[in-house]
Amino acid sequence: MSKLNLTRRGVIKTGAAAGTALAMPTILTAGSHAGFTNAPTGSSVTLGFNVPQTGPYAEEGMDELRAQELAVQHLNGEGDGGMMNTFSSKALKGNGILGKKVEFVTGDTQTKSDAARASAKSMIEKDGAIMVNGGSSSGVAIAVQGLCQEAGIIFMAGLTHSNDTTGKDKKANGFRHFFNGYMSAAALAPVLKSAYGDDRQAYHLTADYTWGWTQQESIAAATEAMGWNTVNNVLTPLASTDFSSYIAPVLNSGADVLVLNHYGGNMVNSLTNAIQFGLRDKMVNGKKFEIVVPLYSELMAAGAGENVQGVIGSMNWNWQLQDAGSKAFVKSFGEKYGRPPSNSAHTCYVQTLLYADACERAGTFNPCGVGEALEGFDFDGLGNGPTSYRADDHQCFKDVLVMKGKENPTNEYDTLEIVEVTPRAQVEYAPDHPMFAGGQLGACNPGA
Amino acid sequence: MDAIILQILNGLDKGSAYALIALGLTLIFGTLGVVNFAHGALFMIGAFCAVTLSKILSLSYIILDETQTDFLGKPLKVKVPYAESWFGPEIGAAIIDWSVPLAILFSIPVMLLIGFAMERGLIKHFYKRPHADQILVTFGLAIVMQEIIKYFYGANPIPTPAPDVFTGSYDFGVLLGFDPNVIIYPYWRLVYFGFSAIIIGAVFSFLRFTTFGMVVRAGMADRETVGLLGIDIDKRFTLMFGIAAAVAGLAGVMYAPINSPNYHMGMDFLVLSFVVVVVGGMGSLPGAVLAGFLLGTLESFASMNEVKSIFPGIDQIIIYVVAILILLTRPRGLMGRKGVMED
Repeated sequence: MSKLNLTRRGVIKTGAAAGTALAMPTILTAGSHAGFTNAPTGSSVTLGFNVPQTGPYAEEGMDELRAQELAVQHLNGEGDGGMMNTFSSKALKGNGILGKKVEFVTGDTQTKSDAARASAKSMIEKDGAIMVNGGSSSGVAIAVQGLCQEAGIIFMAGLTHSNDTTGKDKKANGFRHFFNGYMSAAALAPVLKSAYGDDRQAYHLTADYTWGWTQQESIAAATEAMGWNTVNNVLTPLASTDFSSYIAPVLNSGADVLVLNHYGGNMVNSLTNAIQFGLRDKMVNGKKFEIVVPLYSELMAAGAGENVQGVIGSMNWNWQLQDAGSKAFVKSFGEKYGRPPSNSAHTCYVQTLLYADACERAGTFNPCGVGEALEGFDFDGLGNGPTSYRADDHQCFKDVLVMKGKENPTNEYDTLEIVEVTPRAQVEYAPDHPMFAGGQLGACNPGA
Repeated sequence: MDAIILQILNGLDKGSAYALIALGLTLIFGTLGVVNFAHGALFMIGAFCAVTLSKILSLSYIILDETQTDFLGKPLKVKVPYAESWFGPEIGAAIIDWSVPLAILFSIPVMLLIGFAMERGLIKHFYKRPHADQILVTFGLAIVMQEIIKYFYGANPIPTPAPDVFTGSYDFGVLLGFDPNVIIYPYWRLVYFGFSAIIIGAVFSFLRFTTFGMVVRAGMADRETVGLLGIDIDKRFTLMFGIAAAVAGLAGVMYAPINSPNYHMGMDFLVLSFVVVVVGGMGSLPGAVLAGFLLGTLESFASMNEVKSIFPGIDQIIIYVVAILILLTRPRGLMGRKGVMED
């Protein structure tokens, strides 16, 4: 009878060797599902929706979250399918993503870069989110995009309008469907010229952060190119609430147009203050004084009330569009929530579908495979007409809406009207355009 | 010259809001010795009193307009205010139009009640605790108040316009011999300035010319001695807390048409108001008013392009720079009393 020498160390060694041997085939056969951060292993996949749930943009964040929940429902085959029915790509089947049920976790950006990074990090590290989507600020988007690049996660940006997001701060793991400051300016300039003429003196008030700077640079360049003169550009602190001391100097500056490069609460307050000072009733240089708000949002227009009437601005999308995709989304969203979606809700919904579709087409959740599927992807049926995700900078190119505050709104959602759908060709620019210079897309990072 | 006059007007207008909030803040500190970080929230609740009354007066029933459709293609739901159907379209519309001035009456009992509840329910337990504890608890209370308002009203600003008669601007330039439309100032901001002056005057008169005010002033100077005279000074101080809350609330009501109220508007004013109180002198009512107008005016001048071109970013720091300079040269603030915040 032979004696079996069992030692503690021997058992551990044997166990480790056996475990490795057993695991090896799994790792090898997992193929595309391994070697990247948060590779889904079970029957579900988790998406991370990082939106402002507290703070001044909480209302907009809640609307994004509504749309994201709707997108998850549609991806899982619930509800009426919304834009999945009109999307030109037919890779999505309503059975989740790559056969895995879609689940989601949410984070609160608080519209603060550090808080947004912390909530995104928590969703990635604790909840295993494979993609992060949402947000209502360029500062936040750029911060979270950087984090996702480091973590090896795809970032599908929400509302971010600064040129820098897909300019000097672009990242290989980040993708933006929303338009940007340059596109707003390119769409607005011809409309402003035809409405107010080519001989105007413009005074700019600009929010003192990345979005404000690039928006101002873009609109000033576009309006100067058509003959307007920029009288002054005054940077206003983001924390400002009363803009009267910035508005008062406009009165006798010789300007006959005020451009408010403000968004959110800043826009509501500066526009309200400008109207209080009677700017829109003034005649300067023999012309009626006008106000321009380059970036509109339905929620902020509602906050400004009747002050937006007649004021021209631009949007990425609006619920009044009559294409099949927009109508399907508005119907789906409206029946579920009893209100029309905002353009930030639309972009988050679309980004979630685009991510899922890219996974299906790539046959993997690997961010590098997904990124490859998104780069240069041409699609239609998602509300903006034929659209392309440019490979060079991960910016979507599509039509842009020029809007005007409605003179006689019939209800609380009826605040803006579409003045023009500016064709995509008019807002396109070269990848090496000076306003987007600096920074490199870099290589895709699959993470772990 | 016209730019300077405009910024003086702006400064007085900003200063009115700072002075009103700081007045209540320093009143609470002077009487109860409490550093109330929830005071900005009281200002915000005042603004929401205006929003609430406006919503109450605009309560509507819905009729379906078959000739128009909503965003889902269904017949449009048109809201008809009860006020218009009860009192006729003209009177009903006028009642709704005047909701902000009417909210002054609505807000006084509401704010007094909130003030009493705050003081009796929470603040009184922190009288003998360190200022750090008071700051923590009142700051927490402010956040709770904010979240309650956000829960009921949402995070978006809510437009609350002034009556139509106050739309537009007054042409000061013509009055001063300038060309028309050179120096104009919005009517409602002038109303706000006048209103602030009345409230500040009323508070000072109340403290100066009434027996109640005399006792309160005596209590502020020497609480123990007044107590030894058999006067229940605590009860009077509780009432003063309510009055301070009402002053902040009134400041908020009248501010609603200037900037659409939102749930965090109180926080925007809180830090500034504390700077105003410290610069004016802790516990000094005239100091709070003086510092409010001084800092409001300086802030306006710092926003002028001519100033910003020499000192970029000065508009963001001017108040704090002045506060540092004043505290370095006059540690008790402009009109601070000896012994206050010095133990």
